[in-house]
Amino acid sequence: MKTRREFIKISALGLGGVAALSSISPLTRGASAIEKLLGLNRNKPRIVKRVPSYCEVCFWKCALWADVDDSGRVVNLTGNADDPHCNGRLCPRGTGGIGMLYDEDRLKKPLIRVNGENGQTFREASWEEALDLVANKLKEIADKYGPESIALFNHGSPGHHLGHLLKALGSDNIAAPSYAQCRGPREVGFEFTFGTGVGSPEPTDIRDTRCLVLIGSHIGENMHNGQVQEMSDAIDRGATIITVDPRFSTAASKSKYWLPIKPATDIALLLAWINVLITEELYDKDFVEKYTTGFDKLKSYIRPFTPEWAYGITTLEPDLIRKTAREMGSAAPAVIVHPGRHVTWYGDDTQRARAVAILNALLGNWGRRGGFYFKEAKPLPEYPTPEYPKPSWSWKDVTNDKYPAARLSVSNALIDASIHSEDKPARIKAWLVAGTNLPLTIPQKDTLEKAFQDIEFLMVLDTMPMEITGYADVVLPECTYLERDDDIRNEPHRELNIAVRLAAMEPMYDTKPGWWVARELGLRLGLEKYFPWKEYREVIEWQLSQIGTSVDEMQRLGVKKFEGRKTPLYAETPEDYQFKTPSGKIELYSEQLESMGFDAIPRFTQHPEPPEGYYRLIYGRAPMHTFSRTANNPYLVDLMKENSVWVNPRVAALWGLKNGQYVWLKNQDGVVSHFPTKVRITERIRWDSVYIVHGFGHHDKKLSRAYGRGANDTELITRVSVDPLMGGTGMRGNFVTFVTENPGKEVVS
Amino acid sequence: MKEELFVSGRDIPNIDPYLNIWHWQIPGYLYLGGLAAGILFFAALYTILNKEKEMQATVKWASFIPPIALVVGLFFLFLDLKHKPFFWQLYTTIRLESPMSWGAWVLMAITPLSFIWAGSYLREAWPKWDWKFKFLYDFEAWVQRNRYWFAWPILFLSVILGIYTGILLSAFNARPLWNTSILGPLFLTSGMSTGVAAILLLTKDKTERHRLTVIDLILIGIEVFLIIHLIMGFRASTAVQIEASRLFLGGQFTVVFWTFVFTLGLIFPAILEVLELRGYHLPAYIPAILVLFGGLVFRFIMVEAGQITRYLY
Amino acid sequence: MRYAMAIDTRKCVGCGDCVVACQVENNVPIGYCRDWVVESMAGTYPKLEIEIRSERCNHCDNAPCVRCCPTGASHIVEGGIVLVTHQKCIGCGACIQSCPYDARYSHPDGYVDKCTFCNHRIAEGKDPACVSVCPTKCMYFGDLDDPNSPVSKALQDRRYKTLAPEAGTHPQIYYLL
Repeated sequence: MKTRREFIKISALGLGGVAALSSISPLTRGASAIEKLLGLNRNKPRIVKRVPSYCEVCFWKCALWADVDDSGRVVNLTGNADDPHCNGRLCPRGTGGIGMLYDEDRLKKPLIRVNGENGQTFREASWEEALDLVANKLKEIADKYGPESIALFNHGSPGHHLGHLLKALGSDNIAAPSYAQCRGPREVGFEFTFGTGVGSPEPTDIRDTRCLVLIGSHIGENMHNGQVQEMSDAIDRGATIITVDPRFSTAASKSKYWLPIKPATDIALLLAWINVLITEELYDKDFVEKYTTGFDKLKSYIRPFTPEWAYGITTLEPDLIRKTAREMGSAAPAVIVHPGRHVTWYGDDTQRARAVAILNALLGNWGRRGGFYFKEAKPLPEYPTPEYPKPSWSWKDVTNDKYPAARLSVSNALIDASIHSEDKPARIKAWLVAGTNLPLTIPQKDTLEKAFQDIEFLMVLDTMPMEITGYADVVLPECTYLERDDDIRNEPHRELNIAVRLAAMEPMYDTKPGWWVARELGLRLGLEKYFPWKEYREVIEWQLSQIGTSVDEMQRLGVKKFEGRKTPLYAETPEDYQFKTPSGKIELYSEQLESMGFDAIPRFTQHPEPPEGYYRLIYGRAPMHTFSRTANNPYLVDLMKENSVWVNPRVAALWGLKNGQYVWLKNQDGVVSHFPTKVRITERIRWDSVYIVHGFGHHDKKLSRAYGRGANDTELITRVSVDPLMGGTGMRGNFVTFVTENPGKEVVS
Repeated sequence: MKEELFVSGRDIPNIDPYLNIWHWQIPGYLYLGGLAAGILFFAALYTILNKEKEMQATVKWASFIPPIALVVGLFFLFLDLKHKPFFWQLYTTIRLESPMSWGAWVLMAITPLSFIWAGSYLREAWPKWDWKFKFLYDFEAWVQRNRYWFAWPILFLSVILGIYTGILLSAFNARPLWNTSILGPLFLTSGMSTGVAAILLLTKDKTERHRLTVIDLILIGIEVFLIIHLIMGFRASTAVQIEASRLFLGGQFTVVFWTFVFTLGLIFPAILEVLELRGYHLPAYIPAILVLFGGLVFRFIMVEAGQITRYLY
Repeated sequence: MRYAMAIDTRKCVGCGDCVVACQVENNVPIGYCRDWVVESMAGTYPKLEIEIRSERCNHCDNAPCVRCCPTGASHIVEGGIVLVTHQKCIGCGACIQSCPYDARYSHPDGYVDKCTFCNHRIAEGKDPACVSVCPTKCMYFGDLDDPNSPVSKALQDRRYKTLAPEAGTHPQIYYLL
């Protein structure tokens, strides 16, 4: 059957005039022969100005200074010393951000899908034409199916601009995979317990903690800057680190205790820890009494879950479980059981997050120095625009019947709503995608593929030709974060602070900022009243003026801190502190969950084990890459050009694998990785699991450095355990085996 | 299990995964330098001993090789340089601690001498040769009169040149395989041996051949002794040198070293030479070519293998 | 004056930021680097230990590269920093052979290149790029002759080691254990 939407490799295009542009990149900056002979090595560019911005290589949003040289090019990025996210120190990705700017593989012109002689292809178009086409399509679909039938998938800044457009049009179907594919469960788990989620940056007071507990959270490999910095401070201060991980992660190597847990048994360990805290009376009695409800029920519930019980499940010595629980108890309240970040593992993730939350509550660390501080953001008024029309239906209508506790839009629910079947016609007909590479993000490729075929229109706004652009009807090339004005950052933190992102240079090629694209589409859709500005600088200026500053001042400061927190940083423990739960207290026993038909206290359930000859696929992160976003960044490719599959030496011996040998991975459903990956034989991984870094195995040839490098874990995740509470896609229940002979796939040398 | 890896993806051309910054040019250069040193040494020696008549090939005919070898060798060195326009910087300073520096200066001195030496025999080899200018004829005559006084500096410099070809490597204590003082005498001996072998290819005189064969046998004997000594020294040294010697004792260079250098380049020609001295008639060029070939392989192996060896930490 | 660096192996997470910062700061071509990160692991699951080290030129007190340089291109300046004058370097490779740390490389332009301790930044009173960017603050730089410099302080109350001291180079990058 002919598919409506073929995947188009942008490389198939004869994009002319590309090579000439690479010469303007500072990556190729070098001295001429004459200069060399005269010894005039122009190593140091002349910096003429520095422009404040904040990073978008990941989403920690570190404030930075972009140094601009006399030819108007950004040559260097350094952290803003006043920024609480980075304290003047960017991470490798932030430092290498200019690699994203000068990547010669960037999207350079708008592209429109056309039917050619040899199948579908893209042709270059003017912005005028591309925007007209998008606007007409959206109008047509909105007229036919209602504006609600248009959905937005996004990550990062462009999402806000397109979101504004979509809401103005009358749709609230906006999803970010960072919820259902990443940190959603912990938000929900903490909301059910404390009444508030965790958010980003996490309000973990790591720098002052005496004991940091990490469960499957690999800070250090997960390079969320401020957090890594604070963990380093904690190491300096001699804090005890306890790491639970089936893999000897970098964090585990910095830990006093490493608990090499059998995968998928974390809840058993958490219950055992709770058991020890309660039976040995190590918990904060005063805190528990004042601020929690349901302790007695928890106490009687937890009795059977002894460390000895957990030993049989987790393979962790009871003694080790007790010792670590005591460490936590003695450090309390300056102790953090970290909520984690990517927590969509086994489908009972919200409940696991609940167990983590309960453990924290017992340790009495909420609002305590060295525990969780109270974060606060500088209130920032939105630029006044008319009220959005009220959509006749929203994501809640296609989500909450299935996932009653989802507080944010669930990407997979919107994808499901885009698939047409006889008994359930698709309600979503068009997608806007910005800043997220869905094929390397959303598991269950088949479902995604079906949705791609069923939707009538797909627009992608991105800086790079990622896999998602191959499915687009129209590709709009966005300029990078260094080439555009953007929204003010006002994330909650210890101190009230804001940071600005101002364009450090003119957009390269024929690229445009996200705000401009949104506005141009808005004008074409008759929504001009929602876009009463010409330049986004006007919006920024107005917002800044509302909080007593200006673009001029922010150009000098980059980051501005404010006095006047409304809440204390740490709780001064007023007796009547109200948590935002139904009971006003921390709910150790959740009647809310009980009434919804879920476990009021987390329960351990057995998850499937790998069949013989298969190994659990554990994926994670490397400090120099952000998912699949950075896989083509020349600086970061230089640090790590491909992922490898970590294999325990015993397993390697069994399979006769050699270090450095390329193998394909095949999962339980027979899916074989598109590209092979290098075997790394290491003691750092258990014998029942293998590990690969997420974000590799790109198959768009236009990514000249990333194409064909490593295996893509997402395509091997075909079995998903969906969290019945909030729709999170549990992805750690996939098992792979090795294919040592080429299964007839293309290999990139 | 131990695992040691670059986690920053380091993969620098010619440095990683193991050093390979010197390719064929340097061993070629060392070989030609040693060969020239060997020939010049014996030419000078027999001139000083006043045996020019009996040792015609040694003193006269073979002396046309060194100027060519030295120029080609220097050209190889030039090819090795990665920053060629700055070649002249080599001759702006003398740095005694740097073998590369004083080696360059020794070559600067010995190369013109070798030209003068060969030039003074040019018309004996090619009677039709015309110097064109009178002052050149005068100069030739002057050199021919003072050959004895030319022989002394040539003798001296050729020994330094021969040693230099080994010291160039042994000065690098970062490369355990090279970092032994035996390499100087060993390369000197090997250079002389190849020099003698080259002369053997040219001589037609029985007495000369006999004498050179005896000398070559002695040189081969010394060389074998030095090689064994070298390996024993490594075995009795630190971990890195023990590790380095493994390259020749079971490691990746074992076969090529013991077959081509030791057996075919030293032992086998020695046996042939002994047989010849005992009166067996064998083609004289066979041992000579084997020695020349063995010497060449030896330098390639040493340069290649030495770069692999390193400090472990 | 004696510049040196101390690197805390307990804090380093091996992110490679020092490498990128150096590449950007010093215009090191892609594919080359003046500093790099080594991860050294030993043990058997689950008894394991890892040491992570950010490595670079050790600016040795007894620098073999300076000794063997035939032109004087490799030299030592105030504070013990080992530098290469590009216009004097002939690219013979002797210094590359002489370095036990493989800290030098042949730049595509022909000359030999290596870490300079960012002496252009030191002159402005700044730390080297790698030190100032490190998210874990695991690197300490300064003058060993000044007891109050970050590096002196770091070395005062910690055990430390240098790399391949048996090579006799007196390296000046110290690893805090």
